[in-house]
Amino acid sequence: MSDTTAGSPSPGAAKTISPIQEVVIRIAGNSQDGIQAIGGFLARLAGRSEQEVMTFMTIPATISGGASIFQVRMGSGEVLSSGDEADVLLAFYQHSYDAHISSLKKGGIVLYDSDHIEPKEEWKKDYHHLGIPISGLTVEAIGGTAKDKGKNIFSLGLIAKMFDLNLPKLEKLIGERFTGKDPSILNNALAAFHAGHANPLGNVLETFKFVDAQKKNGHQIVMNGNEALGYGLIAAGVRFGAGYPITPWSDIMELLRRELPKYGGTFIQTEDEIAAISMAIGGSYAGRVSVTGSSGPGISLKTEALGWAIMAEMPLVIVDVQRGGPSTGMPTNIEQSDLNIAVNGGHGDAPRVVIAPANVEDCFYMAIEAVNIARKYSVPVIILTDQGIATRIEAFVEPNLEKVCQDISPDFTPVADHKPYDLSKADGITTHLAPGTKINSGKYPIVTGLEHDELGHPTGSPKLHMQMTAKRRKKLQALGASLPVPKVYGPAEGNVLLVGWGSTEGPIKEAVDRARAAGDSVSSVHIRHVNPLPPGLENIFSGFNHVLVVEMNDEGLYGFGQLGSILRARFCDPKIQGMNKTDGLTWKVKEILERAKTNMTAGLRKL
Amino acid sequence: MSQTLTEKPSATPALVNPPATGSEERKGLTKKEVAADHPTWCPGCGDFSVLALYFKLIEKRKMWHEKITTVAGIGCSSRFPYFVQAHGAHYIHGRALPFASGISLTRPDLHVFVFGGDGDAFSIGGNHFSHTARKNIKMTYCVMDNWVYGLTKKQTSPTSPLGFKSKTDQWGAVDYPINPMKQAIAAGATFVARTTHTNPNHVLQMMEAAMDHDGFSFIECLSECVEFYEGAFDASNPRKGGVFNEVPKTHDVTDELAAYKLSGEPFPGHFGIFYKANKPTKNAKEAEIVQSLQSKVTGLKDWQILQKNFDRMK
Repeated sequence: MSDTTAGSPSPGAAKTISPIQEVVIRIAGNSQDGIQAIGGFLARLAGRSEQEVMTFMTIPATISGGASIFQVRMGSGEVLSSGDEADVLLAFYQHSYDAHISSLKKGGIVLYDSDHIEPKEEWKKDYHHLGIPISGLTVEAIGGTAKDKGKNIFSLGLIAKMFDLNLPKLEKLIGERFTGKDPSILNNALAAFHAGHANPLGNVLETFKFVDAQKKNGHQIVMNGNEALGYGLIAAGVRFGAGYPITPWSDIMELLRRELPKYGGTFIQTEDEIAAISMAIGGSYAGRVSVTGSSGPGISLKTEALGWAIMAEMPLVIVDVQRGGPSTGMPTNIEQSDLNIAVNGGHGDAPRVVIAPANVEDCFYMAIEAVNIARKYSVPVIILTDQGIATRIEAFVEPNLEKVCQDISPDFTPVADHKPYDLSKADGITTHLAPGTKINSGKYPIVTGLEHDELGHPTGSPKLHMQMTAKRRKKLQALGASLPVPKVYGPAEGNVLLVGWGSTEGPIKEAVDRARAAGDSVSSVHIRHVNPLPPGLENIFSGFNHVLVVEMNDEGLYGFGQLGSILRARFCDPKIQGMNKTDGLTWKVKEILERAKTNMTAGLRKL
Repeated sequence: MSQTLTEKPSATPALVNPPATGSEERKGLTKKEVAADHPTWCPGCGDFSVLALYFKLIEKRKMWHEKITTVAGIGCSSRFPYFVQAHGAHYIHGRALPFASGISLTRPDLHVFVFGGDGDAFSIGGNHFSHTARKNIKMTYCVMDNWVYGLTKKQTSPTSPLGFKSKTDQWGAVDYPINPMKQAIAAGATFVARTTHTNPNHVLQMMEAAMDHDGFSFIECLSECVEFYEGAFDASNPRKGGVFNEVPKTHDVTDELAAYKLSGEPFPGHFGIFYKANKPTKNAKEAEIVQSLQSKVTGLKDWQILQKNFDRMK
């Protein structure tokens, strides 16, 4: 947003309208205030206006109530992160004001509910204060004592006025949101919205208008990462799964439970995490790749069954929406600390596939990729997302569903013979044969967790254990060799290469842009396939003096985070260094740059 | 929706995975065709007769290889699937029921049989036993109860009687044993029967009745471990001077309290069907949800159903 002038307050003066590229709005209140709804409306509006958008939210781990924020960054250009600093802070309570004013950029606007907030004199010089009795005016607009209800929609009206947002589109969105409910609810919502929009905005001298966004190819759709992942699984042809409720994974299971029956499928809520993965494996065994998922401790509980699926070579998709750990940890915070358990969790030599979507759109497409890898290689595939990507909303170009959706119904054509663990293939790849399939030789396979021969019967043979262990490894090596080489963001040679994985792609790219604009020599590469790693990384690393692995996990006993340790072990390259943090919050762009600078004694510029 | 779910749908539609087609007439499989590996059990083990009667069931009921799925967890008895020439899975300890549920709920065309022991069913898998029973997921679960951990060589099991001397209770078991019949009835199992390996005709009779039951059918089959608990069930074997009492003809199998009372009788107690209730299965209820939601998207291809959701997110 262009610099806002605090100006001297003169109510009623004609306001100037300034064009802006983008804005970051932080809404702070309590979890029951419906602030996510405002954020959702704004994000969806941005999507419909061909703008880019990214949101960030925190929710308290308490059952009801507690401080909560929702930040939305929308703009006409590329939006890579939810923004380091807010241009506008909308605060509902004193604690919201006190705790979040520091997230506002100097000169930014704090729009506060003067019924609840006593502004502080010392902050008035740094931030443009606009007090509006939001609670009172909402009650005035919609009547009753509806206790705080509706003030979110009133505030949306204020924001719409301030940024000259498209009224008919917003009204339509509100209409859609409250459709099917009691008509008085919709009428109240619209009344609150219009009252907010009609507010003269007191002493604000300037309102804003977005410059036109670049025309996108096709429509945009707006959703969060959990939704994208859930719908991606449906597009991939998954029709069965099982899960147990745990934050932040539950949204995906709720979505699948609600949606799958429309497609002839179902999703089962089980008695525990172990039953969930077991039932999903049973579904896969029965013929169609099934899904389970969890977060935090739920993933730990699933590891024995995961080992079975690896040993028995059963296709399976496991979603791990990471949160802060270990143990119950920080259920509603963000962390990338499950990479180790995803890659290595469980006893024995147990190779499995681990992939990590980089953004919301990627959640959709990688869900499909996960299903296809699981089927082709008869192996469990873990999708690592995190609390940040799960709950953040982004707009992306609508997928061509007719093209993308696939049918993975099992094939029951009788076969002459079948060895579930055939050792004759050099790449070790065998495929699962569903029960119901007639085998003309009359020899039927057993799938098992015991070390086995080619038909699945138990063996204690040292030779077979060596061959089968190698088989399970070789198929992953074959997969690794087939993966695309990651693309470097920025020049392929330079001083510093930032390496990221998962939800940090946006802020890392923005850090690269900002560093390069300042004349520093920084590029980045994002790893979406974590296990096996894609080919070509050594060539990429060789173009840089320093390789910094940016992760939201601990630096570990030896100074490397979880991906950092793998890269170190894989490439034995001392220029690979860790850059880690464990505050349970997303990386801010400036945080990445500052930390990178501290790591580099010689600075970021090319020597 | 709960209202409609209490009624039994007329037919269970294919859920999730379309069943393989095939209506040809085939002869019943012979024992030779259905036997696979030679069992690894100790000579004299009660499990042999359970296996032999499973073969007989397959032959008598003309089941086909490819339509049988035999599932087990871990334990001596859980080696079962290896000895059967049919699709099968040897899963992890205690979790055979949820695994089998995944098959049952997606493949109405398959016969799902789960075999296991008392440790698998009532210790490590106790939670799954309760929940699979209460959900009434269609399958037959035959627990070969030997009152001891055999595979790990004589530790106390959840059904070991008080005073049983094992390697983990050298002075005799001190924990009150589980009563499998009470457990099953209390959990909501809709078919609960008890038999013993020394009476083959009775075992087969129970297996047939269990297989024909539309729901979760549970059989406790006493199966002697000659190695670590010899003579445990002599009192139920007339050839060893015991008595084999069938469930009294006057017993009402739909009477839950009577069944519970019957379960409480001291060993050797009774054998037969203790409890049987006709309640809609989870399979049927899920199928009904599918039918109901699919009726709202009739004629649409899968991608078009998804498109409707996406249109709302624009």
